[in-house]
Amino acid sequence: MASTGTASTPVRQVPGLPEDATGQGDRPIDPNRPPLDENRPGGRTGRRVRRGLVLTALVVISLVFLYPFAWLLAASLKGRGQVFDNSLWPTEFHWDNYLRVFDELPLGSWMVNSVGIAVLAAVSVAVSSSLVAWGFAHFRFPLRGFLFGLVLATMMLPGAVTMIPIYLIWKELGFLGTWVPLFGANLFGSAFYIFLQRQFYLGLPRELFEAARIDGANQWRTYWRIVFPLSLPSFIIVLLFEFQASWNNLQAALIYLNAGSPEEFTAPLGIAYAMTKYSPTAGGQGDYQYVMVASLLVTLPMLALFAFGQRYFIEGVATQGRKG
Amino acid sequence: MTQLRADAAPAVAPSSRAARKRRTPKVPYNRREALTGYLFISPWIVGFLVFTAGAMVYSLVISFSHYNLATNTARPAGLDNYAQLFSDPRVATSLANTLFYAVLAVPLEILVALGLASLLNQAGRGAGFFRTVYYLPKMTPAVATAAVFFLLLNGNSGAINQFLRIFGIEGPQWLVDPAWIKPSIVLMTLWGVSGTMVIFLAALKNVPRELYEVAELDGAGVWQRFRNITLPMISSAIFFNVIVLSIAAFQVFDQAYLLFWRDQSNASPEASLFYAIYLFQQAFRQFNFGFAAAMAWLLFIIIMIITAIQMKFGNRFVYYEGGKD
Repeated sequence: MASTGTASTPVRQVPGLPEDATGQGDRPIDPNRPPLDENRPGGRTGRRVRRGLVLTALVVISLVFLYPFAWLLAASLKGRGQVFDNSLWPTEFHWDNYLRVFDELPLGSWMVNSVGIAVLAAVSVAVSSSLVAWGFAHFRFPLRGFLFGLVLATMMLPGAVTMIPIYLIWKELGFLGTWVPLFGANLFGSAFYIFLQRQFYLGLPRELFEAARIDGANQWRTYWRIVFPLSLPSFIIVLLFEFQASWNNLQAALIYLNAGSPEEFTAPLGIAYAMTKYSPTAGGQGDYQYVMVASLLVTLPMLALFAFGQRYFIEGVATQGRKG
Repeated sequence: MTQLRADAAPAVAPSSRAARKRRTPKVPYNRREALTGYLFISPWIVGFLVFTAGAMVYSLVISFSHYNLATNTARPAGLDNYAQLFSDPRVATSLANTLFYAVLAVPLEILVALGLASLLNQAGRGAGFFRTVYYLPKMTPAVATAAVFFLLLNGNSGAINQFLRIFGIEGPQWLVDPAWIKPSIVLMTLWGVSGTMVIFLAALKNVPRELYEVAELDGAGVWQRFRNITLPMISSAIFFNVIVLSIAAFQVFDQAYLLFWRDQSNASPEASLFYAIYLFQQAFRQFNFGFAAAMAWLLFIIIMIITAIQMKFGNRFVYYEGGKD
């Protein structure tokens, strides 16, 4: 079996692999080799034992990963005195936490702000990056290779370098305290998304667009009528990624919205505020269950997003790895 | 219009003689096509000029000046801000903290992510379910993670130390003892390691099965197979992850901010003062824009140097299937 599939792949170049491991098939079988009995590590019984061990490990690790979620859910239903007791089953179920949190904190406003900003951020970056990616993928123009290299190079730049000038730009334009600084730069595309969508476009058959051009469709129409619908999968990846990134963005909210009233906060900024307000160690009021409820309610939309778009998330992350 | 496989040969600056020689046969650009192309990429060009190139130049100028936010005026500072990088002891502290964190976090993230990916790769039909479970922390906003771990890591009543007590171990004061603050943040980072894991999983799936079968027939054990087949075949994924995770580690902010620097009291432990935290404070709490900009450039230079070193060493051990290109 080995001689068929591997002969064409350059296995010989694997450093450290014995030369005969290419398995050309013409090597005489070593007479001293132990017989292929059932109990050797690769045998049927051995395999079953190993399978069991792997499964056990996977389940144990799952419990470790899931424990904080169970803990959070339980804590969100506890009373003021019990939040810290670590039991996964509240002695008394305080369902009213979920109503009272909206009186205690402007959580509704935070959610509305976060959803609004995340939608604007995701849609603007997806559309602009898609246009730019199509430009790089389909057309020939001078300096194309150089410019695309620049796109990739910007991914290396730490945000801190441009953080202050960008703040001054938004300040000069009078946008401090508004949503604009939290999505405005997205209107001009973003390097990773341009890369991702360009990869997708390069995979589309070119004849499709040549045919459209012969039919007399102009480039703009070709893009909207053919390219855009075909690239919906990569478009969805960008939407989901950016929605999540925006939903989590604490630093930008700290810079641009922290000076305003709590109603103007986004969800991450709001929870940071609530942590200070209720944290007993920071001299807060101690009703930490409201922080727990708010944390859970802010997490749920992300879990829903994942439930809907799991394969897009996984594919998007895997694409990230292929870039290297 | 000439039919051309434009995607096969990337266009290069016509001034480069070597590149011109490589592009055979040389076909002149179609003017209308080139204009349309520029039109499509114009949003990026504008954004690049304003938010990247322009902002970088502006940032450099600010770093050489004393900036007054109230009047929007800058007066020249010469090298003052850069000199302050060396005279301010908290720059060194925050740099040391960040370096310590990176050295602790990156190898652990690689090991844990690779371990999880290897397990998932052997899970057979259940793999999808477990992958979903492991990915959930990655979907959890940093604020929620911090709010929960703030209590889980409590030295006295926290669940983690309570669990350790079952085995008779008295756990540390995670968030109070300066020696345990960085491990605490590493722990939170590891909980969300699944992004790295997914990249490894994709790389593992690409290793040809025949290689393992042949090696097994030749009597290679589990370790030998891992060392001589898996490791070389996924080396480019390891390389990529190390670089990306290192860059991220040098900019660690959210968890440290949420756990230690949220309120502006002076009680926060210095062991939690990361570079990005100090930079943020200087920029948007003290509004020392000049000094903060100098800090940002230092960070940029450090990241560039570390990435360059990693590239140099990485190229030595990364195995490229079909040779290097």
